[in-house]
Formats: sequence, C-alpha cells, structure tokens
Amino acid sequence: MPEPLDVGLFVPCYVDQLAPEVGLATACVLERAGCRVHYDAGQTCCGQPFLNMGATAAGTRLAQRHLDIFQKYETIVCPSGSCTATVRRRYPEFGVGADEAGHAQRARTFELGEFLVRRLERTGLGARFPHRVAVLSSCHGLRDLGLGSASENLGTRERSPTEVLLGEVEGLSLVPSLRDECCGFGGSFAVRLPEVSARMGRARLREWADAGAEYVTGTDVSCLLHLEGIRQREGSGPEAIHLAEILARTEDR
Amino acid sequence: MSHPVESGARRELGSPEAILRHDASVFDLRLRRDAAAGEVPDWEALCDRAAAVKAHGLDHLDRYLEEFERRATEAGAVVHWASDAAAFCATVGDLLEEHAVERVAKSKSMLTEECGLNPHLEERGIVVVDTDLGERIVQLEAEPPSHIIVPAIHRSRQEIGELFHRRMGTPRGETDPERLTRAARRDLRTRFLSAQAGITGVNFAVAETGSLVVVTNEGNADLGMSLPPLHIACLGIEKLIPRLDDLPTFLRLLARSATGQPISAYTSVVTGPRPGGELHIVLVDNGRSALLGDAAHRSALRCIRCGACLNTCPVYRRAGGHAYPGPIPGPIGSVLGPAMHEKGASLPHASTLCGSCTAVCPVRIDLHDQLLAWRREGSPPRGFEALLARLAGFVMARPRLYRMAGALARVVWPALRVRFPGNPAHGWLAARELPRHPGASFSARWARERGAGE
Ligand code: SF4
Repeated sequence: MPEPLDVGLFVPCYVDQLAPEVGLATACVLERAGCRVHYDAGQTCCGQPFLNMGATAAGTRLAQRHLDIFQKYETIVCPSGSCTATVRRRYPEFGVGADEAGHAQRARTFELGEFLVRRLERTGLGARFPHRVAVLSSCHGLRDLGLGSASENLGTRERSPTEVLLGEVEGLSLVPSLRDECCGFGGSFAVRLPEVSARMGRARLREWADAGAEYVTGTDVSCLLHLEGIRQREGSGPEAIHLAEILARTEDR
Repeated sequence: MSHPVESGARRELGSPEAILRHDASVFDLRLRRDAAAGEVPDWEALCDRAAAVKAHGLDHLDRYLEEFERRATEAGAVVHWASDAAAFCATVGDLLEEHAVERVAKSKSMLTEECGLNPHLEERGIVVVDTDLGERIVQLEAEPPSHIIVPAIHRSRQEIGELFHRRMGTPRGETDPERLTRAARRDLRTRFLSAQAGITGVNFAVAETGSLVVVTNEGNADLGMSLPPLHIACLGIEKLIPRLDDLPTFLRLLARSATGQPISAYTSVVTGPRPGGELHIVLVDNGRSALLGDAAHRSALRCIRCGACLNTCPVYRRAGGHAYPGPIPGPIGSVLGPAMHEKGASLPHASTLCGSCTAVCPVRIDLHDQLLAWRREGSPPRGFEALLARLAGFVMARPRLYRMAGALARVVWPALRVRFPGNPAHGWLAARELPRHPGASFSARWARERGAGE
C-alpha cells in the first residue's frame, strides 16, 4: 500500500456557500483515490471575481492570501476549472505568485479531474450513474488549463479528464456535444448582460436536450448554476450536476 | 443601466428565429475556417510567422512608413497623411472636389466606416455607391455593416429579396441568392461606368515597393481602381508590411481564416497609378499611434481584419454586430474599443473571457487577455460598484466576517429568489431562477462531520 498523498482541498467561495455537497463529494472522491484530505477553514476566495471585474486591489490581496494559506500543501486540488486557472495562469499577470516559490505552488494546484487523471492516473473510481450525461467543457479548463482540445484548435484531439473519468462510470452514457462553446456564464458577464448570457445558455441546453441528455456535468459549479437557473426558468433541459457528485455516486453497490 | 451590447442585442436580434439564423450563418464561417486551416500542415507555424512579421513591422513602423511613402511616391502615387477621422474625411472630400467628382464607387473598407466617410461625402453632395455586395445591401438599408467580412450577415434572404424588389425591381418574393446577386451586379455595373473616382480600402501595404494589396471576392475593388481615372486608396498606418515576400504568408492566412477559402478570388497588387490615371494614398492615424505607444496593447494593431474572432465568438453570434457601439464588433472590436472611441470603454466587459477568439486569431493577438487587461486598466468598477467591490474584498479577506456574510445571505436568500423592484439579484433573475439555498455551508458541514478545520 503506497503512502496516502496529502491533499489540500481548495473550496471556491461559491462552492462553500452554494454547493457544499460538491465540496464534500470532492473530498470523498479524493479519499477513494487514496488521498488524505486536509481543509483549512481560513480559506475564503481566490480573488477571481475581483480580478475579472477589474477590482484589482481587492483581487490581488485575496490572491496573495490564497497563496499564503495553501503554501503548506504539497498538492492542492480544487473542484473548479476557472478558480484553478485563475491561480495557475492569471495570478502572475497581476503580479501575484510570480516568483519561483509562487510558480511552484501554482503548478501544484490542480482541477479535480485533471489531478485524478493526469497526476494520479486514476480513472476508475467505482462510481455508478446510470444516466445519459452531456459534458460542458468549461472554457477556463478547456483553454487556459488545456483540459481536452477545443474544437477550434487544429491537430490531434485529446479527451478531457472529465470525459476520461465519465467513460469509466458504470451505466453512464456520454451524450456527444455538437459544439464546445461557452455556456454564457462568465462571472459578472452573467449579470451585466443577462439576456445575451441566457441566449448562450439556452442554446447549449437545447442542443443537449435534443440529443437526449438527462444531465449535464462539468468542472465548474458557477457555469452549472447558471445552466440550472435557466433550466428552471425554461422548465426543460438537462439537469446540472458537478463531476465530483457523479464520481461520488456508488448507488446500487 | 444595462450594458450597450445587452440592450443592442435585444434591439437588433430580437426574435429567437433571428438569433438562430444569425448564429448558424456566422458559425458556418467558423467551421469553414476550421476545415481550411486544418488542411494546411504548417498552419500554426504560418500564424507564428505572420505574428512575428506584424510585430516587427509595428516595432519599426516609423521607418516602414517613411520607406513606403518614398517608394509609393517614386512609383507616381501621391501620399497624404491624416491624423484623425475629420482630417481623413476632409482630405478625401477635397480631393474629390478638386477633381470635380460627383459620383464615386467605393469598395469595402472598415476604415471609411470608422471615420464616417460616406455621410461626410454625402453632405458635400457627392454620391457614394458601395460596390461590395454586402456593403451595398447595408447601404441601401441605411445601416452600418454588422460584420467586418460579411457586412449584411444579419439580414435574411427574404429581407434582401424584399429590399432588392423595392430598390432594383427584382420580382417580389425572389430569394434565390444567385439571381439576386446577378441583379445587384447589373445594377452596380451601370453605376461603376458612371463613377468618376474609385475609393478602395487596402489589406496590406508593402513598404519595400510602395505597393498596395487589395483583396476581394467580387472583383469590385479592381473595377473601382481601373475604370475611373482617379483612385483614392485609404488605409490605417498599421496595414504596413515590410516586404513583398511577406505577402504570401498573409494571403494564405487571410482567406482561410475569413471564409475558409484557400485564397480570395481577386488579389490585386497596385504599384503607382495606371497610365493616364491618378493614385492618391491616404494614410490614417486616428488613434493608432497612441495605441502603438502602449506596449501592453500594441498587439491589437496586428489585426488583419479576417473576422475569425467574430465568427467563433458566442457573444457576437447571439448579440449581432449592430449591438456593439463603434465600427468594429466582436472580440477585436472590444479590444480596440477602449483605445479607439469614447463609447468603447465598457466593451471589454461584453465577453465571458472564454478564449476562443485568441485561439483562432491568425496573427496571435491575445484577445481575451487583452480584454481582461482593459478591464483592469480602462474600466475598473466605479462609484457604487467600486464601493461594493471594496466592501466585498474586505469581507472576503476575513474568514469570520465572510462566514457572517454567508449566514446573512442564507437568511435573505429566499427573498432574493423572487423578482421585485430593487432586488439586488435582478441581473441574475432577468434570465434565470436563483437556485434554492443549500443551507449549511461546506465549511460548517466539514466541521460538523470531520471535526474542526486546520
Ligand atoms: S483580431 Fe485576429 S481573428 Fe480577429 S479579425 Fe483581427 S486578425 Fe482576425
């Protein structure tokens, strides 16, 4: 039996407040993959919404705070592609974590699926979810973290860690997407341009509904809350569920 | 106050059918680009090269502009400089008046849109006929182009058929694109023949030879350059490329990125006036040198106006080009907006930062990073929003306050889910429901189930 890997759990603020079950499912999946999960209750927000809004002073302060809190962990795992991308890719643009130590820490911050597939090389985790599931490839994971190949990129295609993991889930059938474009969330965009945002979301939901999807899953609670909100308003479409929640399901076992 | 692109989208693409049609026709161009680019084995290397050539050209623009002026003058052209839109319009208007021109044929040029040339000339009593088919359609509809390559892409075939019926006497109900195109060509040809001057845009200007490169699919620019005795070519100073040898790289990228064609139907390289004719070249700054001086944002000047970033942009496709204030819509328009016009300051927020634009740009402009950079520098939150951001930042930096705020949110949440005037969640509720609050936070449940945190 190998020594369990110590993992610091990075729970984005909106997951903490609005989707606690996603955080719990993440911990559960990590433990099933053989990790020892640590949670520092001092964490709040990585600063992403502030940085993306242009509120740089508050954003950089929170970013620095995030790095300070997670410095002690060898490995940091987050159930969000966009928060991970903020830490890994955006921080240095704002002058945070640009030094050697910061660089190393940002490089050991992973999105959940990425960590399981690419770092641990664990894909089969004994989950069972007998449903037709579509995948939302959230943009920051797809393009900023390189989780899978965006359709506009030429050359060889690579499956995203999410797709690899779902492929191993018992009973689950993947509903192919015609497009991999943005769902329209985009943080402050969703409230600044709600109608355009909803047009984008409705288009995605319609596409998946037409393909017979019961659920849509992804790595970002924020995008999923947006899609779920539209589904509830429109009264139809696939239900949103986070990747960690599917991986944590072992019903009938 | 809602964002201009939001209100524009509601106004311009009002019905679900219109949105679907617009999205489908624009996305079709993206797919054509994917296929065409995919057939070029060294596509990425080609993009790198184009980006490097443009970047080098911009770094030494002063030198190349001088060289271009010298060579073009040697070849017999007259070179004019215009510092801004007003100076540009005045220069072109004066030239036309000096030559007693009453009717002018104009081919596609985003620069003339940017500077408002048409209205200026019309005010001076000069009749301008746009000779690009799409430009002609929007001209007849008295509206600006909604796309930089396909100006009338927001119009359905039915609408165009109806317009041609009214203005060119095509049979009512005619929607066959070929027959409509033929009718427009016939109509335009007579106008070409009576035009006393041609105005064209320019895709590339070669410093080494003083040549202008004009690319079209309809050959209309070529007619405009060769039929009338006077040719006025208009270009922004960023169109310079150093050498003629650089040209093929750009031509390979441009047509494929724009429409998925291996090469545009007509590519003309013009060096000096044709025998017996006059060639005037107007080089326009209009904010470009200021952008050039800004190293963090200079990359936007590499743009070759291929439209690929528009075609891939899910915001553009569902808002429509007319939703964007300013002459250029879509990602590149939002990147140039804050630097180029006063209505452009909020444009960097009309994006989800999904990054697809950056991925397709053949000259490697870091479009979505630029949008974020502009948010940071150009349009940080102001007034009440700034206050809220500071307050939220203060709270978020203090776990206990953060938890108290979370507890408070839990209490008011059910009220936020209902639409009422003044609801702070109105932006969210405008398009979607607010989900039920899950109750206890993750940290509370973790503490309860696993003991206190670390
Ligand atoms: S920014 Fe790039 S993709 Fe967009 S129009 Fe310009 S060259 Fe084309």
